[in-house]
Amino acid sequence: MSNNQQSNHPKLNLWRDVRFWRFAGQFLAVLIAAIVVAILWGNLNRNLQQLGIQPGFSFLNSQAAFDIGETPISYAPSDTYSRALLVGLVNSLRVMVVGIILTTIVGITAGIARLSDNWLVRKLALIYVEIFRNTPLLLQLLFWYFAVFLTLPKVENPISVLGVIRLSQNGLELPWIQFSPEFSTLLIGITLYTGAFIAEIVRGGIQSVSRGQWEAAASLGLKPGLAMRLVIFPQALRVIIPPLTSQYLNLAKNSSLAVAIGYPDIYLVASTTFNQTGRAVEVMLLIMTIYLTISLIISLVMNLFNKSVQLKER
Amino acid sequence: MNQPEIDNVPSAVRLSPLGWLRKNLFNTWYNSLLTIGCFWIFYQILRSFLSWAFTNAKWAVVQANFRLFLVGRYPISQSWRIWIIFVILAIMVGLSWGAIAHKLPSQLNLWLPWIWVIVFAIIFWLIGGGWGLTLVPTNLWNGLLLTIFTTIISIGLSFPLGVLLALGRQSTLPVVRWFSILYIEIIRGLPLIGILFMAQVMLPLVLPSEIRLDRVLRAIAGLVLFSAAYMAENVRGGLQAVPRGQVEAARSLGFNTLLILLFIVLPQALRAVIPAIVGQFIGLFKDTSLLSLFALVELTGISRSILAQPQFLGRYAEVYLFVGLIYWVFCYSMSLASRRLEKELDVGKT
Repeated sequence: MSNNQQSNHPKLNLWRDVRFWRFAGQFLAVLIAAIVVAILWGNLNRNLQQLGIQPGFSFLNSQAAFDIGETPISYAPSDTYSRALLVGLVNSLRVMVVGIILTTIVGITAGIARLSDNWLVRKLALIYVEIFRNTPLLLQLLFWYFAVFLTLPKVENPISVLGVIRLSQNGLELPWIQFSPEFSTLLIGITLYTGAFIAEIVRGGIQSVSRGQWEAAASLGLKPGLAMRLVIFPQALRVIIPPLTSQYLNLAKNSSLAVAIGYPDIYLVASTTFNQTGRAVEVMLLIMTIYLTISLIISLVMNLFNKSVQLKER
Repeated sequence: MNQPEIDNVPSAVRLSPLGWLRKNLFNTWYNSLLTIGCFWIFYQILRSFLSWAFTNAKWAVVQANFRLFLVGRYPISQSWRIWIIFVILAIMVGLSWGAIAHKLPSQLNLWLPWIWVIVFAIIFWLIGGGWGLTLVPTNLWNGLLLTIFTTIISIGLSFPLGVLLALGRQSTLPVVRWFSILYIEIIRGLPLIGILFMAQVMLPLVLPSEIRLDRVLRAIAGLVLFSAAYMAENVRGGLQAVPRGQVEAARSLGFNTLLILLFIVLPQALRAVIPAIVGQFIGLFKDTSLLSLFALVELTGISRSILAQPQFLGRYAEVYLFVGLIYWVFCYSMSLASRRLEKELDVGKT
């Protein structure tokens, strides 16, 4: 048997050599991918030629000629497409940043409420989570917009909550700032939807901290509120942050549903641009680049945060 | 707060109603305040909702369009086909549940995936027609029918793709691994709406001009491309849960890599991720609502077209609440089933 051992054999058959197969397999994979891409690329060029479209991003400098409902930075229809897209991007970022902050508050509150020793609070939090988690976000947005915001009273006699928040068809008004109905709808929609998922994550995280930690905190004389803040929650964070990150990513991506209610975010502006110019490839690349960049930034920031709360092992 | 109650009362002791109230709602002063505040808010919401539902709301819009919500403009003369599909699906779901949760004969377990494939084909034929049945064009597949159809087909098609991608991501061949990672991460970084846009607009551009996919097929293609990346991540979780010892044991018995994969690793890995796949199914079921933004008339789409009828103008709340209820019933019962399944499979604990 020993003279048959492969490692000592001077002339190893090629097809017996695992290294050959590894190389061949990868070569084959690259070849197939290249052929598929080449075929698709050829089709694309042919189809674009038939449509009479010259690929390229130069169209970004021509006049956009459409109006945008909400312009946090100055914009007029006579501006270029790139300016219009920038407005859309700012609008998107606005909703994402505010949304992430609000949904964190809502989610943590509801998550802790799910574990409250108050029966009513516990059940209300459960009802909230089960309703909002189990219906499509798009439907919720349509509901908030058409069934709630558009049926609110006119600006002249708004609904006033505690004299601070004023609700009317013109949107949500705080003493120092005013939000359009579209922005408010999108914000409420994605906040409540994502909040329901975060609540479950927070609940799971808190439950993952062992009972002994509560008991130890109590024996040190900490009140339940303090024990939660100083002992339990910091430990729960280690379990919470990775799934929380993916919820933040979902929120950022879901903000593109703004198109359903006419909030001019980057996706809406980009698809308007596509409708006007017919430049599918360029618009698609733009959308991809922007969302991938945003996703990457959120992941990076959350990973840094994650590192800071992980157990430091010495 | 989740304060462990360290008292000597056994939890099984039945409290009097007053005692229960004291213990669960009014045990401290801030809990009493909380209870009263929450109750007041809850009462206000419930009261205004009920008074609206019984006085101002006109539910006729739901009654008049009930059929449209469920199957849309699917020809009435062909409704029996839908009923047959319903029965087939019920039997198949029952069989699968039995096979997975109650460990029915392993013969059935082995054949189940193939039976599902055949059932898919039969369902497709029953809905679409041809070969002896009246043809029903895809623009007549509407409402809940289209929602369920696109969800099942997309999950079914994305499953093999997802398994391949997951295996690719675990592969020792760097090129294959990087392809898989690139695909998974790019798709997961994009919103579904962007991918559906791509499928509707880009697919016709990159395919030869002789091939014309219709709107429904393009939407399904988009959903499959999207879902496969998430499926891959779920399956990867399962693959990582299979102990290394299993592979080593199989190798020492003389299995080759393919056999190890097919008979040792995948069965264990897939079993572990069934609950996650049910979760993904729920997600996809909700996500199909986005198809309404691309002129498809599924459940959300049909409610928008019903609302466009002049006699039902402005009945947003009624329609959206009703449609929401349909979505909710499906998603909630599936999530209950998934939780049961998790318990039966005993995969929740690690």
